[in-house]
Amino acid sequence: MKIAVCIKRVPDTETRIKIAADGRSIDESGVKFVLNPYDEYAVEEALRRKEAAGSGEVVVIALGPDAAQETIRTALAMGADRGVLLQADARVLDPSVIARALVAELRDGGYDLVLFGKLAIDDYHHAVGPMVAELLRLPCVSAAARLELGDGKATAEREVEGGVEVVEFPLPAVLTADKGLNEPRYPALKGIMAAKKKPLEVKPVTLEAGGLEVLELALPPERKPGRILGEGPGAVPALIRALRTEAKVL
Amino acid sequence: MPFQGVDFYDTESLFAEDERAVRDTVRRWVDEAVIPIIGDHYVQGTFPLHLAPKMAELGLFGANLPEEYGCAGLNNVAYGLIMQELERGDSGVRSFASVQGALVMYPIYAFGSEEQKQRWLPRLAGGEAIGCFGLTEPDFGSNPGGMITTARETADGWVLNGAKMWITNGSTAQVAIIWAKTGALDDPQSIRGFIVPTDTKGFSAKDQKGKLSLRASDTSELVLQDVKVGRDALLPKSGGVKSPLMCLTQARYGIAWGAVGAAMACFAEAVSYAKTRVIFDRPIGGFQIQQARLADMLTEITKAQLLCVQLGRLKDRGSATPEQVSLAKRNNVDMATEVARETRRLLGANGILAEYQAMRHLANLESVYTYEGTHDIHTLVLGQAITGLDAFR
Repeated sequence: MKIAVCIKRVPDTETRIKIAADGRSIDESGVKFVLNPYDEYAVEEALRRKEAAGSGEVVVIALGPDAAQETIRTALAMGADRGVLLQADARVLDPSVIARALVAELRDGGYDLVLFGKLAIDDYHHAVGPMVAELLRLPCVSAAARLELGDGKATAEREVEGGVEVVEFPLPAVLTADKGLNEPRYPALKGIMAAKKKPLEVKPVTLEAGGLEVLELALPPERKPGRILGEGPGAVPALIRALRTEAKVL
Repeated sequence: MPFQGVDFYDTESLFAEDERAVRDTVRRWVDEAVIPIIGDHYVQGTFPLHLAPKMAELGLFGANLPEEYGCAGLNNVAYGLIMQELERGDSGVRSFASVQGALVMYPIYAFGSEEQKQRWLPRLAGGEAIGCFGLTEPDFGSNPGGMITTARETADGWVLNGAKMWITNGSTAQVAIIWAKTGALDDPQSIRGFIVPTDTKGFSAKDQKGKLSLRASDTSELVLQDVKVGRDALLPKSGGVKSPLMCLTQARYGIAWGAVGAAMACFAEAVSYAKTRVIFDRPIGGFQIQQARLADMLTEITKAQLLCVQLGRLKDRGSATPEQVSLAKRNNVDMATEVARETRRLLGANGILAEYQAMRHLANLESVYTYEGTHDIHTLVLGQAITGLDAFR
């Protein structure tokens, strides 16, 4: 079982984002970057599949700046076998550009399964996984919450509005991971030390032109601080009054 | 919300990528597994032993010992960051790991035979065996050389007699490192270390009752009554009171980092409380008296962080001295106690509740202030280093 996991280096969810002077990108100084949380599910799923099969290879692939090596090493510390960094200095915001660069790497890789997180928490595109599947002409299951592998085919469950959708598909395939697919492991200390010795290939890539241009980034308006009207049942009349007259929700 | 750390001087840039990765793994685990449950364990007076298998799986025991014995093989800075994060959870959890790594695994590693290392270190690293360290006695704390526990050689091994006090993990442990005199009671050079399985006949452990500090930790008294062990129980390379003191230097090094963790936890709590607690129609963080408290805390934590990093680099170079470790342990634990106390005060009445961390850390740190070389003894160690004059012998 040869599995590719495409991962992304994203700002930590707790980071306070500042918009850069150009108004179209974020100011990365002082920002802590992490492995995209949805990609953690993808990495974990790949590791479990390999462990269950007893053999195979898990390759993590990232497109990004040199610093994304650290993100790849996080996945290697979790247990992936080797990493590939498609090195591009510019921060790529167009998912089709990312997808085409990944496809060039994935096409002749002989992968049985290509895994993604269902979205990257920095741009929320939900797009790169399905685009890669389309370009590779492979079936795609997005936002999978459960996966079962059979001989040459697989079934997956997707949590859709009000129910569960069960899909069957042939392998190889592309699958994007939803929360709940598994419980990602922590990189254990020995894994962190072992990751330093695992192969990590850096391949500079030339990105093709995309069709999407970011014009402006803006922060959401600041929320007003909450107000405590009182405690216990005695506060209820004041709360109802505020909900009626100020919030106008009653 | 995961812990964000306290880092006013960009100490982050002083750590290598793998050191940060180790810290982040432990930080995340402490947030998820320790913080939510520790207050209850503290109030109940129980050690959360269920954490031990996961600590072993993550590789937290003896993490700075070599990989060939099943350990993580980390450098001392990464090891220190582990201790920092564990003690951010609770001093009891850090103590558990300190004892296992620095006081049980380290002496086997440093003074044991190859056979002893192969036999015990992987089991201790894997958490299959928990260890304790028996040095202190009811009447011999700061003066361990005066101990009266004895080991007498017989035809086929040793017989140990004596009592040990204030032994972390004492009732939990499957194995104890016992220090005893093999010669005359007035000869501290005859002190040797022994690996004693705690199910050996004549070995008993009793939980220390009535603690108001380190409540989420097993502190016990050990009694050894005609405990017979084989020849292979002796740590062959141990010799004199210097051997257990070398172990304590390892543990104290971890404590210097751990104290920073406790202080960081308190500081974060103080800042959060100061910004949200409204009195006289505004957050108390807007009052000068609380700002002075917070400024002092941040300053002292920052100094202690820098002390730790440099001490760790010296230790990795092999040039850290016991006196340098004394300075860091003494300063950082005193600093953390002060930060915990000021946080407790800043929190007002809420500060006395187990729901908040400050008073738990404060009470814990009063023990840490006293154990592993009391604050006062470290003062005298430094006094001796400065003047060349010995104040306590």
